[in-house]
Amino acid sequence: MVPYILCTILLLLGIYGIIAKKNLVKIVIGLLIIEYATNLLLILIGYRTGGTAPIVSDARYAAVESANFVDPIPQALIVTSIVIGLGITAMVIAICLRLYEKYGTFDILQIRRLKG
Amino acid sequence: MNSGNLLPLFIAVPLGAGFLIPLAVRLKNWLGGFLALVTTGFLLVFSFSRLGADTAVYTMGGWRPPFGINLVGDGLSGFFQIMINVVAFLVTLYSVGYMKRYTAQGKYYSLLMLMTAGMNGVVATGDLFNMYVFLEISAISSYALVAFGIEHEELEASFKYLVLGSVASSFILFGIALLYSITGTLNMADIARVLDTQGSGLMVKFIAALFIMGFGVKASLIPFHAWLPDAHPSAPAPISAMLSGLLIKALGVYCILRIFFNIIDIGNSFSNVLIILGVVSMTGGALLAIGQWDFKRMLAYSSISQIGYIMFAFGLGTPLGMIGGLFHLLNHAFFKSLLFLCSGAVEYSTGTRDLRELGGLWKKMPVTSAACSIGALSISGIPPFGGFFSKIIIIIAAVDAAGKLGPIAYFLAAVTVIVSFLTLVYFVKLQKMALFGSIPEKLTHIREVPVSMWSALVILAVCCIAFGIACPWFISVFVEPAREILSDKSAYIMKVLEFM
Repeated sequence: MVPYILCTILLLLGIYGIIAKKNLVKIVIGLLIIEYATNLLLILIGYRTGGTAPIVSDARYAAVESANFVDPIPQALIVTSIVIGLGITAMVIAICLRLYEKYGTFDILQIRRLKG
Repeated sequence: MNSGNLLPLFIAVPLGAGFLIPLAVRLKNWLGGFLALVTTGFLLVFSFSRLGADTAVYTMGGWRPPFGINLVGDGLSGFFQIMINVVAFLVTLYSVGYMKRYTAQGKYYSLLMLMTAGMNGVVATGDLFNMYVFLEISAISSYALVAFGIEHEELEASFKYLVLGSVASSFILFGIALLYSITGTLNMADIARVLDTQGSGLMVKFIAALFIMGFGVKASLIPFHAWLPDAHPSAPAPISAMLSGLLIKALGVYCILRIFFNIIDIGNSFSNVLIILGVVSMTGGALLAIGQWDFKRMLAYSSISQIGYIMFAFGLGTPLGMIGGLFHLLNHAFFKSLLFLCSGAVEYSTGTRDLRELGGLWKKMPVTSAACSIGALSISGIPPFGGFFSKIIIIIAAVDAAGKLGPIAYFLAAVTVIVSFLTLVYFVKLQKMALFGSIPEKLTHIREVPVSMWSALVILAVCCIAFGIACPWFISVFVEPAREILSDKSAYIMKVLEFM
């Protein structure tokens, strides 16, 4: 249970960063922290103390070996989720650069033309 | 086997086109729009060919559920696929004319196809993590499309949308991870089966809360709506139509329906949450829309209000409420896309979206104005247009739910009627300011938009009228199969897992 709670705290830290910080780059860092918290949770779900890689080395001992495997599915999910995270990070940094070109600042208090 | 073998085409064809288009535009510039039209045209025909078909399951790589990733084509998916592909086709048709003034058309069509692929994937998949992946495909391409104009406002709106959208996605992934940790499977039908035997504890409620937050942002229900009024007006008009007409439904409403009606069952508390969110969204959206002077911004707030209607109808939980909600979903996809495309046509001809600078367009742009009026009358619930029937069904369902909810049902029904009146108020304002009255001095030279643009408007307007006139037929053919899936959870589990 402890890892779950710690992951949730990390997630909340990321949300704090997004809500409280006024700098675009710090907001992006907050986004990254949220993403890492999610990935960490996924990997901890599949974790097993003293577990082995889920590869059957000898067919005769498959039953014995598989009893000690870590769960491979979360690892597969994480690879996908990291790639998605990379896409989002690239996108958000590109937008930040463009915003800096247009407004000349990273301060979100000065980037507010849209109201209402 | 069954017809499920063809299901991957919904995803593969637009995905392939998305990567082919940037190459094709290097040969000839018109190939981009042409390929996009062919792709969405194919999807349109294909989604209609599955109408009335039985539930079909495609198992990827021959791995049977619950192990492999599977695609499920059932009534609910079919309903959404038809809606998505019809509107996507018309939006592409409209884009051919509208996007002529933009550069980088290849990139535009490529992103549009990726977004269509993502939405088709979300509604077709039977695997929870796969749903998240498709959701991100269409979300990332929509972030890029909102910023397509790369001016001050577009970038700001896109940044806001991106931050809120990816926080929402993280919540969804967090929920999926926790759900995996307690059930040990990612297949939606299998999760439902395991949860049925385990019973739902506190953890399931926590997961439900995460999902409501995540998908609530995607569907822009009112406490989570902040991105929508900025993002929708900033995007190019065809993209506003896609976002408002389809994306918030395929990513938000569909996922909420599928997860909470077919997978997780947390009973009454969920209905109450939906009713509260729905009522707050519909009143809040309508009140905020009245004060707007920007054509598209008013429509964006109106979207929040109408999504509130849909959520409220599903929150009632009765079969009639579901029919009303689904039919209103279908209607909203068409009239809101129509109105956004009209706003694009107005902006194309006049160069402004400010209602105070418009006026008298009826004389100069008769086709656009007629289409715009039909859309506005339909959304404000004037008979005989489609919006009238879906709203009246929702109101009757609310009164009907008095047995379940008690006297508060009458109050809710009254709120629904009042919001419908508010909708009429701001659409009368829109029509009076933009379409009627005298033409301002500087707009005397404007002309009607080109035929490729107004043909899409005309088709959408005809659909709006048809939904009203042939309302019972549309309900029995499109809405009824979708409702059956929603109200019968065990049938969904059986149909997907019978291949085990």
